[in-house]
Amino acid sequence: MKKFFFARLLQAAVVAIVVGALCFVLMRVLPGDAAMRIAAGRYGPDARIAEAAEKVRLELGLDRPIAVQFIDWLGSLARFDLGHSLVTGRAVAHELQVQLGASVWLAAAALLLSLLIGPIVGLFGGLKPGGVADRVGLMGAVTFRAIPPFVMGLILMLVFSRQLGWLPPAGFGSPREILLPALTLALGLAAMSSRVTRNAVAAVARAPYFAFARYKGLSEPVVVRRHGLRNAAIPVVSYLGLQAIYLIEGVVVVESLFAYPGIGHALVHAIVERDIPMVQGTALMMGLMFVAIGAAVDLVTLWLDPRMRRTA
Amino acid sequence: MSTFDNISFKRPKTGIGSARLAGAGLLILLGGFSIVGPVVIPSDPAAQDFGASLAPIGGDYLLGADHYGRSLVARLAHGARLSFAMAFLTMLAAALPGVLLGLLAAWKGGWTERLLEFVATVVLALPGLMLVLLLLAFAPGNYGPLFLGLALTLWVEFYRVTKTTTRTVLAQPHIEAARMLGFGSRYIFVHYVLPVIGPMIATLSAFAMATAIIAVSTLSAISVGLQPPTPELGSMIVELLPYYAEAPMHVLLPATLIFLLVLGLQLLAQGDRA
Repeated sequence: MKKFFFARLLQAAVVAIVVGALCFVLMRVLPGDAAMRIAAGRYGPDARIAEAAEKVRLELGLDRPIAVQFIDWLGSLARFDLGHSLVTGRAVAHELQVQLGASVWLAAAALLLSLLIGPIVGLFGGLKPGGVADRVGLMGAVTFRAIPPFVMGLILMLVFSRQLGWLPPAGFGSPREILLPALTLALGLAAMSSRVTRNAVAAVARAPYFAFARYKGLSEPVVVRRHGLRNAAIPVVSYLGLQAIYLIEGVVVVESLFAYPGIGHALVHAIVERDIPMVQGTALMMGLMFVAIGAAVDLVTLWLDPRMRRTA
Repeated sequence: MSTFDNISFKRPKTGIGSARLAGAGLLILLGGFSIVGPVVIPSDPAAQDFGASLAPIGGDYLLGADHYGRSLVARLAHGARLSFAMAFLTMLAAALPGVLLGLLAAWKGGWTERLLEFVATVVLALPGLMLVLLLLAFAPGNYGPLFLGLALTLWVEFYRVTKTTTRTVLAQPHIEAARMLGFGSRYIFVHYVLPVIGPMIATLSAFAMATAIIAVSTLSAISVGLQPPTPELGSMIVELLPYYAEAPMHVLLPATLIFLLVLGLQLLAQGDRA
């Protein structure tokens, strides 16, 4: 238990240092004077820009040695002082608050939908390996896995918003808008988790304790519910840890595609606009979200599989 | 960058399964199109002809023309070649250091391994695409950071698999016997290690290429990857999307091409174990 906790804490620290260091280097190597760029971003490039740039230089301490600036940079990161956006001029932390909520909702909805689709398809496939459900599931998984998320999103958008007119193609605010982006991610996630579930269920169905449960006269639904589900769930849940990569990457892509005002969308915008404090803040949040999902998966695995508690 | 996850350590079944065969066939067709296409098709993928804007499929233009009247078949061929080339180079840039460092770590152990393990952990702390995005922030729209970022995230998988497998192989009694009989490291590597890790690395390479193709097209589609007018499949889709009402097939063509590329690679990589 403690071991898992420390590993995740360490991971969070590594995320912060990698993101912080990259953004610090980014700030220094971009062509042009950093102070000038910030001043231009804040006040607009007008005749008094040089004066403004000097003020910015003093304010941010850009005239100090690089090493001092770097330590200072990491220090403010540790205090969660993320600075101000070069574009809007508002505190990054403030912008992130709103966006983080939107992204968390999207990720949670996608995960939930994928758990409704993937494991159920996998369960029917695994109970009868080689049967119709198994083969249809396999075809679906192979197809959906080969479609990149942005193409999947476009297809859903064209089908559900354009042709059928059921759902809005973009925007934010009501559950109707979250459905398409979440479904895009969920289908990709389910393509993977359905096969893991199928293999896990097939393995459980072959196990001696499963046969024994049948021999002692339990009905089929009871056998599956009491002896199948929990055992089969262990690999599926630990696989979610790997799927977190797909989820986070997908959130970035899908948010940009559906103009969904989350952190991924903000990250892509910040990169295009070279708004480094925003790049840092958003990348940090996405990284920490990744760590948090990993930690949650650890906890659920421990709860599902008591054997892990002894070794952990 | 998450397509690697269902690699099993079992050696692939002997013989070529039907899925693998289908994947290989698909790739040969697409590879032919991307290598021969740009040479054979006379039209320039950047040549505009506004008179032929959104020309239909099968008219003067074989697969129609886009909104600037650029020949779609030429753009698709160049796009496929770009995707293949990017994917192949990225795979090489990831596989070479990954495999060599994996062998080194398994062979040497000790501090060498601990250091490499640390680097791998640092790289894996963030989802791969985030690292690529952060590097892209240095120069959006350029090949360099895109290529570097992808290679940087993909080498870890090669390193890990090579290291673990080589370690297992080296610990087995027949290696010890070979050593005691006086066979050198080179002999052991060629005759005992390579036959085991070879197929795995081939599988990983196909996955890495599929991942690279998805990543490049995705990043270009969200306008931080390669920029128009480069005939990149992902950005072609986004460019043509506003004209979906007039020319739906034009949008679906590049999307289908990406799908088939990735499908071919994934089928080739995992065969019947999908």
